[in-house]
Amino acid sequence: MNNANIISRLKKSKITGRGGANFLVWSKWSAVKKAKAKKKYIICNAAESEPNTFKDGFILNKYSDIVINGIDIALNYLGKNTQAIIYLKPEYFKKYKKKLNNSINKLPIEIFKKTGGYLCGEETTLINDIESKPKEPRLKPPFPTISGLWNYPTLVNNTETFYYISKLAKNEYNNTRFVSIFGNTKNKGVFEISNNLSIKEILKKTNNYPKQKFFIQAGGGASGEFIDQSQLNQKLKYTGSIIIFNKKTTNIAKLLKNIIRYFHKENCNKCVPCREGVYRINEMIKNNELDSQILDDLMFTMNNTSFCALGKSVSSPIKSLLKINTKSK
Amino acid sequence: MKITINNRIFNSIPSATILEIARMNNIDIPALCYHPDLKIKGNCRMCLIEITGKHGLYTACSIKAEPGMSIKTDSKNINKSRALNLELIFGQHRVECTDCVLEHKCELLRLAKIYNVDVNKFKNRKAKFKKYKFGPSIEFDASKCIDCKNCIEVCQDQEVNYYETQTINNLSRVMPTCNKNIDCIYCGQCITHCPVGAIEAIGEFEDSEKALIKNKKITVFQFAPSIRASIGEEFGLPAGKIVTNQLVAAIKELGADKVFDVSLGADFTTIEEANELIERLAENKNLPMFTSCCPSWVKYIEFYYPEFIPNLTTVRSPHIISGGLIKTYLANQEKINPKNIYVVSIMPCTAKKYEIERPQVKINTYKPVDHVLTTRELAYLLKKKNINLAKIKGKEADNPFSEYSGAGVIYGASGGVMESALRTAYAKICSCKAPKIEFTQVRGLQGLKTAKIKIKNKTLKVAVTSGMFEAKKILEELKKHPKAYDYIEFMACTGGCIGGGGQPMPVNSTIRKARAKGLYSIDTKKKVRRAHDNKITKKMYDSFLTNKHLIHKICHTSFNKKVRETKIIKK
Repeated sequence: MNNANIISRLKKSKITGRGGANFLVWSKWSAVKKAKAKKKYIICNAAESEPNTFKDGFILNKYSDIVINGIDIALNYLGKNTQAIIYLKPEYFKKYKKKLNNSINKLPIEIFKKTGGYLCGEETTLINDIESKPKEPRLKPPFPTISGLWNYPTLVNNTETFYYISKLAKNEYNNTRFVSIFGNTKNKGVFEISNNLSIKEILKKTNNYPKQKFFIQAGGGASGEFIDQSQLNQKLKYTGSIIIFNKKTTNIAKLLKNIIRYFHKENCNKCVPCREGVYRINEMIKNNELDSQILDDLMFTMNNTSFCALGKSVSSPIKSLLKINTKSK
Repeated sequence: MKITINNRIFNSIPSATILEIARMNNIDIPALCYHPDLKIKGNCRMCLIEITGKHGLYTACSIKAEPGMSIKTDSKNINKSRALNLELIFGQHRVECTDCVLEHKCELLRLAKIYNVDVNKFKNRKAKFKKYKFGPSIEFDASKCIDCKNCIEVCQDQEVNYYETQTINNLSRVMPTCNKNIDCIYCGQCITHCPVGAIEAIGEFEDSEKALIKNKKITVFQFAPSIRASIGEEFGLPAGKIVTNQLVAAIKELGADKVFDVSLGADFTTIEEANELIERLAENKNLPMFTSCCPSWVKYIEFYYPEFIPNLTTVRSPHIISGGLIKTYLANQEKINPKNIYVVSIMPCTAKKYEIERPQVKINTYKPVDHVLTTRELAYLLKKKNINLAKIKGKEADNPFSEYSGAGVIYGASGGVMESALRTAYAKICSCKAPKIEFTQVRGLQGLKTAKIKIKNKTLKVAVTSGMFEAKKILEELKKHPKAYDYIEFMACTGGCIGGGGQPMPVNSTIRKARAKGLYSIDTKKKVRRAHDNKITKKMYDSFLTNKHLIHKICHTSFNKKVRETKIIKK
């Protein structure tokens, strides 16, 4: 498949990145292609660091050949002196290293084991990790497409994205996606479903629609948005993950506490609003002194002024979970 | 390129950031972790702006101007966010305004008033954090640190890495390292780059007044060359404004019995150093010769590169020499027991507090200098005693140490020691009537300057470095090419003493440039521009410093390999 072809297919399909930010793939690819440099990098992001999400692991396990083929298409597209790296969380490194190495064969693709935590799923933190730098996000601009790994133009795509690149090149892409379904349901697992389905349809189609009253967290067990049973006619906007909670048996206060504690542990302490804001919210919850005005203020500044997407996303699960709280009581 | 800020149009240099353009045009955008000497970090999230046509808030420190860009620095969302972030910062900064190195210059307090914030909105989470003392020079109060990490970066740039972060209870904190292979060199650059006064020189300012306690002693104050070009800033004068005589008058007003100018001490250093250079060149021994009047640099060599100790000139730094002369020559002249003389040096430097404690500088049993005050400490004392340096009528420094050459004054700027020594060495080697005076190749604020100086039939390869980054590079180069240079000046602080860790804040390249310019302007006007032409140095060598033994005792010192010596004292 030649370069003009792949780009026109990417454009035509309007395929977006599957890491959750929904960035148009062709636009990222052309930015890296256009950047002038002696060397370029491709990183396949398999950090899958949102808790209780596992669709990338599933793909690596079942379709490592297809993922590698997707990376190979990117290698060919970017041309000589391009090196690819698969960035794996330790669990996946252990499980899929052999499999991946077999699929890689002689291609210029290396495997890297993630050394940090949650934040390493963020593309610039991931790059810092590979460079053995402090695991905190980088200033943007410059974007990795211009100056990424070792300051060379770098294409960072999610594992699932590379899977679908391969499918697209073979004309086998049918506007589908992978979703991992977890939580209070019997048919947990990873499912390939149409992009056009609403969350409700996804749950029904995969035989995961609970009989009891429930709510879900969409897009990951930390930063994902909580959505009530009554609001599920919308599409799944985020990375492919749905976690189901039983409304009756779930202790919402405890859930909130755990999420905040998780952010407090996993954030990088770089910028004031996220470091101090999460700390203050954690303290308020810990001491049972939740002041809604202060909480609103903290979420406002975290949302508006945090350095990276993590800080900006902390308010989403809190806000949405608190809404569910009031409705259910 | 034109951009719009708050509906006004400004010209912008390509690649300038919004914050830089705003500052150039006196538009107030608050920024704490930003320092023009350092990389853009974007940690404090105070310099928030809005960009027309783009959603959300951005940081002015990191956004580069683009043609036609329209910026707002003031809006409901901006102000609300700034106020909230400021309140969060106050929640991690123990307020101790009564004893703060930033005194009335506190940016946090200024912003707190502008944004009308409740500084006690959040309970201070660092109230119980400790204070750390690094040797006799520097004190870091972790309870005031706002985690901007400027100190970590500046210490990295100095090739020391004394600060690091540790994560405790899910929060990282800045701490001095416990690594035995790392030691503080006391340069104090962390002080001048800390936005919130969490780091200060030992004594600032709770012990500054100790220098004035008399105990029936004669108090002699002496001030370093660079001070005259910087202390005016503390009294509203522009950087580089020369206030030599006001300085003398103000110190006298403080109650000092005698006030001397260390520029004379610098002339002795120059003469001795030029002699040593000529000697080493003749014997082809221990070359290249390194200057040693910067105590941070000396500490760096003693700790990190002891194999280069023989390269250091053994000549003492100017204030140690003049302190020694005060306690020998002057004591003798005025028939005072040297034990009853209390010498206070006003220095641009925090490492000088350490230098006076070095056992190798003692003369017999006493120290040449008893106390060191930073430029900032002197300014503090003057203000406390209501002495306005900007308005006071000037006085001449006291005899017999009042005369100094232009060479002595330029010691305060990077390249000054080198140029002074070259002036004297050139004259001595050439013995011609009108030897060269100006060696402009070694001047300027660049970290590294090199030159080839032709003296008679010999070409001298010289280098001048300021900032430890370049120094380390040169040392590594010398390991590979030991003969790359004949003589090298090293100063730990960027720009030399004018950028020292004891100098007024803020500091940046414009201020450093202005201070250096001020010093060179004195030199140009001086009739006597070479150390050995100074009448007093001549007289002293004729009548007092007549034998090698005495010269060695007062003007020379020794060095030794060091292991980590900074004890971190927690309080």
